Amino acid sequence: MSKTLVEKIWDAHVVKSEEGFPDILYIDTHLIHEVTSPQAFDGLRKRGLPVFRPKQTVATADHNVPTLNQLLPIKEELSRYQVDMLTKNCAEFGIELYGLGHPFQGIVHVIGPELGITLPGKTMVCGDSHTSTHGAFGAIAFGIGTSQVEQVFATQCLLQSKPKTMKIEVNGELGKGVGAKDIILYIIAQISAAGGTGYFIEYAGSAIESLSMEARMTICNMSIEMGARGGLIAPDQTTFNYIKGREFAPAGEEWDKALAYWKTLYSDADAKFDSVLTFNAADIAPMITYGTNPGMGMGIQEHIPATAAQPETEKVSYKKALDYMGFDDDASLIGKSIDYVFIGSCTNSRIEDLREVADFVKDKRKADNVTVWIVPGSKQVEQQAKNEGLDKIFEAAGFQLREPGCSACLGMNEDKIPAGKYCVSTSNRNFEGRQGQNARTLLASPLTAAAAAVTGKITDVRDLLEKV
Amino acid sequence: MKKFTKLTSAVVPLNIENIDTDQIIPARFLKATTREGFGENLFRDWRYENDNQPKADFVLNDPTYSGQVLVAGKNFGCGSSREHAAWAIQDAGFDAVISSFFADIFKGNALNNGLLPIQVSDDFLAQIFKAVDSNPKSALEVDLENQTVTIIETGAKESFEINPYKKSCLINGYDDIDFILAQTKLIAEFEQARG
Ligand code: SF4
Repeated sequence: MSKTLVEKIWDAHVVKSEEGFPDILYIDTHLIHEVTSPQAFDGLRKRGLPVFRPKQTVATADHNVPTLNQLLPIKEELSRYQVDMLTKNCAEFGIELYGLGHPFQGIVHVIGPELGITLPGKTMVCGDSHTSTHGAFGAIAFGIGTSQVEQVFATQCLLQSKPKTMKIEVNGELGKGVGAKDIILYIIAQISAAGGTGYFIEYAGSAIESLSMEARMTICNMSIEMGARGGLIAPDQTTFNYIKGREFAPAGEEWDKALAYWKTLYSDADAKFDSVLTFNAADIAPMITYGTNPGMGMGIQEHIPATAAQPETEKVSYKKALDYMGFDDDASLIGKSIDYVFIGSCTNSRIEDLREVADFVKDKRKADNVTVWIVPGSKQVEQQAKNEGLDKIFEAAGFQLREPGCSACLGMNEDKIPAGKYCVSTSNRNFEGRQGQNARTLLASPLTAAAAAVTGKITDVRDLLEKV
Repeated sequence: MKKFTKLTSAVVPLNIENIDTDQIIPARFLKATTREGFGENLFRDWRYENDNQPKADFVLNDPTYSGQVLVAGKNFGCGSSREHAAWAIQDAGFDAVISSFFADIFKGNALNNGLLPIQVSDDFLAQIFKAVDSNPKSALEVDLENQTVTIIETGAKESFEINPYKKSCLINGYDDIDFILAQTKLIAEFEQARG
């Protein structure tokens, strides 16, 4: 019988399937971090249980860590306690931890792929919704709650019902100045912040196939922003090339065996999806969001849709969002002055993102009204950026290159955007208060963020590229 | 886990769509390492001014409304997977949340904690909001056994879906770990067979 990629991987991991019950799904790799794990460890202790397969669990500290002076003790007491707790729990339960100071430390969704832990055909979970990032390798990867973290600790399995499948095809060639982030913001704007709920999404089509691994991660990362349980892309030569030689990737005979299996991981030609959507890459412009959910996005030259044009039941929420952002119906955002630029998060903090930004700002300087933070996704990205001299370019441009962590993606650690300020951010969520109480977030690609940094206002990056 | 069978209660209406878990419990309150005490910060930034003064116009601060059922607009619980959102709602005294659409992870988290997410039609949701609008004390009856919600005043009733396994977990107070732990032998065999 022909199967979709999701079905192939799912079926290979079902320990038990029984009518009337969710499947017992085996989890190959469990990633954990300091925020969503302490209560799960506590639960294990209460039940008197060990971690069932500690070797299949990897930990890092990312959400709550400072991004300056990381080797000093964390100033904020609760944050320090939470990070210390992770260290203590990992030691007690025999889990490998890439904590602060470790050369592998970084945002959980950045380190998995770069260490060769994320591999095609795997099932992976983490107490974090952006676990969908790992789907870029052709893995089933999804975010879970803390009770489920405890479940995986205790049994290396999860009770899950098989998801519906959706295929999103993007065909054709992207225009100049348009990248993976724009593709995904465009798709979310088209189908809404709830449009993928209940589905696992497979991204396909020529525009997706031509993307690098890191760009594919950006796409899969934001699957959750349309409510999807996960997103994935069939592995191909680009995937295999990326994995080969990484720290924990299979090598030698193991590699050959793995590769032979990975090559069977695609949706069969006549496999049936529950839903199929098709988009044209040429229709996509650099995107920007104007509201308080990632579905409220538009091409940068467009005008904010009018409240009156919204469905009746959504008008109140829509107006509330525009009020929060301080924007009016029908307004254009071009030329709107901004205060902060944040380039980072598990969506856009990998080396290619940093290279793209550095390439653009070389010989330019940031505008005086803007504070620019560049936060690499991991220690390895940070090191690589320095090896390539990108730090010098950022310094000359007046950008601050900080240390790895989630940083201003969420208002949890010290990096917060002040109330009322506008931040063009390469992260994935523009919710009220996401980057700090009353902070106003505009989601965009690294290039669009870099353009805003240089001009101090919202800018169509294509105008600046033309002049080169 | 807390058991759930039947509930009759007035409701707290929150007629806003796409309420994400960052609103339910902002990230800066996720530093705790236990499950308790999150209720205080439920909807923190909608509920309090920056100086911690309660905002009088927010429904949770309005003594007119009370009850163990939170009723919210479409796509409730989207965004971050933080289970703290479910804990906060429960800790604030709610046993059920009604919406016309729930985000997946939130729904799972709620069920894993004995907080019942009830998905009703857009039309029924509108009827509930209307009933509460005209009488803030208007009560609902939630019957998990029969999978129905009834607006007591009007007698309007709708049935809701719930996975039969999850339903029995709620009624009996079991959780998933209890269920899977009984099958670790099977899991070890599965691992062996895969090599
Ligand atoms: S970078 Fe942001 S979205 Fe990604 S894991 Fe960290 S907090 Fe979550």
